[in-house]
Amino acid sequence: MNTATIPNSPLPNSLRTQPDERGHFGQFGGRYVAETLMPLILDLEREYKAAKADPAFKEEFDDLMKHFVGRPSPLYYAPRMTEHFRAAAAAQGKPENGAQVWFKREELNHTGAHKINNCIGQILLAIRMGKTKIIAETGAGQHGVATATVCARFGLPCTIFMGATDVARQQPNVFRMKLLGAEVIPVTSGAATLKDAMNEALRHWVAHVHDTFYIIGTAAGPHPYPELVRDFQSVIGKEARAQLLERTGRLPDLLIAAVGGGSNAIGLFHPFLDDTDVQMLGVEAGGHGLDKEHAASLTGGKPGILHGNKTYLLQDEDGQITEAHSISAGLDYPGIGPEHSWLHDIGRAKYLPITDDQAMEAFQLCCQLEGIIPALESAHALAALPEVAPKMGKDQIIIVNVSGRGDKDIFTVAEKLGVKL
Amino acid sequence: MTQRLSAAFAKGRPALVTFITGGDPTPDATPAILDALVAGGADVIELGMPFTDPMADGPAIQAANLRSLAAGTRTADIFRIAKDFRARHPETPLVLMGYANPMVARGSEWFAAQCADAGVDGIICVDIPSEEDPEIGPALRAHGISFIRLATPTTDTARLPAVVDGSSGFLYYVSVAGVTGKQQAAVDSIKEAVARIKSGTDLPIAVGFGVRTPEQAAAFAAHAEGVVVGSALVDLVAQHGADAAGPVRELTAALADAVHNAKALV
Ligand SMILES: Cc1ncc(COP(=O)(O)O)c(C=O)c1O
Repeated sequence: MNTATIPNSPLPNSLRTQPDERGHFGQFGGRYVAETLMPLILDLEREYKAAKADPAFKEEFDDLMKHFVGRPSPLYYAPRMTEHFRAAAAAQGKPENGAQVWFKREELNHTGAHKINNCIGQILLAIRMGKTKIIAETGAGQHGVATATVCARFGLPCTIFMGATDVARQQPNVFRMKLLGAEVIPVTSGAATLKDAMNEALRHWVAHVHDTFYIIGTAAGPHPYPELVRDFQSVIGKEARAQLLERTGRLPDLLIAAVGGGSNAIGLFHPFLDDTDVQMLGVEAGGHGLDKEHAASLTGGKPGILHGNKTYLLQDEDGQITEAHSISAGLDYPGIGPEHSWLHDIGRAKYLPITDDQAMEAFQLCCQLEGIIPALESAHALAALPEVAPKMGKDQIIIVNVSGRGDKDIFTVAEKLGVKL
Repeated sequence: MTQRLSAAFAKGRPALVTFITGGDPTPDATPAILDALVAGGADVIELGMPFTDPMADGPAIQAANLRSLAAGTRTADIFRIAKDFRARHPETPLVLMGYANPMVARGSEWFAAQCADAGVDGIICVDIPSEEDPEIGPALRAHGISFIRLATPTTDTARLPAVVDGSSGFLYYVSVAGVTGKQQAAVDSIKEAVARIKSGTDLPIAVGFGVRTPEQAAAFAAHAEGVVVGSALVDLVAQHGADAAGPVRELTAALADAVHNAKALV
């Protein structure tokens, strides 16, 4: 398929031209970093601009996407899931309802998630900048595995910072990273999850700015990270758009994706932002419920500054960051990428919290109805379907981003189901 | 307000700048520790505002932040501590140091007004570089609060004017690319860096990060207008808790003696 033949360039009043030259998406984003990092951030911005304008960079990226990652990922019509929600609609007295459910199969990528798309792009930038060491933070371990993978592929030493809590709940991924030659450093500060891993990665980075490249795993952090991660992940939406047009001759009515920091979601959403008839739904981790512990920063937080950007954060009145909770390690973060904060405020995308229990139900439903074991992160996106699919017409189309596969989560799921492995 | 700061750097000898984390180990213990710093001879006091995610700090100050928060320290406590300090010490400059989010949580205007009301002379914010000055700079300047920026080993000559622009009080030279704690810069690198920065500003320069002993402090002070000591004092608070005032006063006195007489040695 030739995605280049699909008209997909920004309109005059495009929503796809953010951020501004200072890295702001409306009031969000920016570069809130220590002075030590500032010159490096500016270097990265310059280098990214040059790379974007360099056909050789794109060519190498595309080649790796195809032959190493295995792209394009399929766009899959999910027949039994579709039927399931049609039956639900009929039971609600709306037999004419029940949208078509399609999956963007990012879980079929090499390493089992969308994270690799971004890692390929960033390691090419690191090499371009002459950096010789790579660091990254990871929550679920998917980004850590993807980073360790590209480091092995390009022969660069790799250090992964991972919260000790996550090390415990994502053992298979920890071992994968080690097999791939990475050093995994458990971080014990705070709740010892993704936020703390990011703090520690930033601390390491300021002390090693000259030779070290920090591959941030989501569309957050100081400018230009939110922009470049989005651009690398936009392959998801560009493919999905072209694939659906080719298969059905039309655009989708609704896009759904889970939002941790927001990279798989923005990757799917961004190429559609100017398609005004396409609605977008980002799914936040509602944890135990919004009145208890959760990780829904848009629904339950307010704007603030953390990890280099201004964005919605879970925090108290004093601006102290509050601990997030989600059953899904990849969503267990008290912030969100700045572009989502902006899309939320201008109303272009909607955001919905989904609880641990809802995600668990959707996880099992997807296994049983489609023969696909989704990541718990992706299960959050799938869990929005009961809310929306039965309310939409049968001719309407929903694309759900199945951002990753669930093999890494089977221990968590077993424990939650009371099964001893 | 900046008066007190400029006076501190105009005593004809280098100034000792000391840092402790506010509310560590408890908000009630902080005033006595601040008094110990003054009694020991500190010229400028930096009072750390605790934050849940002290990204630029090493283990000692990270732990101090968490001890303070665990003791229930709130932003209101920090301002109360500052205001009481000002009443007890009308001449000693007081600077709040911390991270952006607690400073802007109620709006920068609110924050700057509170600083003015409490008699705070300046602000050091780790994660608001000059590029993001509008976040807090205009409000601070409108209230006469110095915005003290940081320069680092990665701040090159081309970038220096932007860092200096809108700064006042003094410039904080972070001598190592890294976090607060034990890592120490070579004296030669400091000499060179301070000379380079001096060519771009008339502001006094205080050098910090990794200074722990009177000997180290003296070596740095010989080449700058001031030396900042943090982690070593915070370590004493960790060790002695609510009884830290005595040991803090002792170390401060030794540091002050070394710093104040440093130029005479070279
Ligand atoms: C499979 C999967 N989906 C989603 C996420 C959430 O990240 P993001 O919001 O950046 O896509 C993660 C993070 O680890 C993940 O592993």
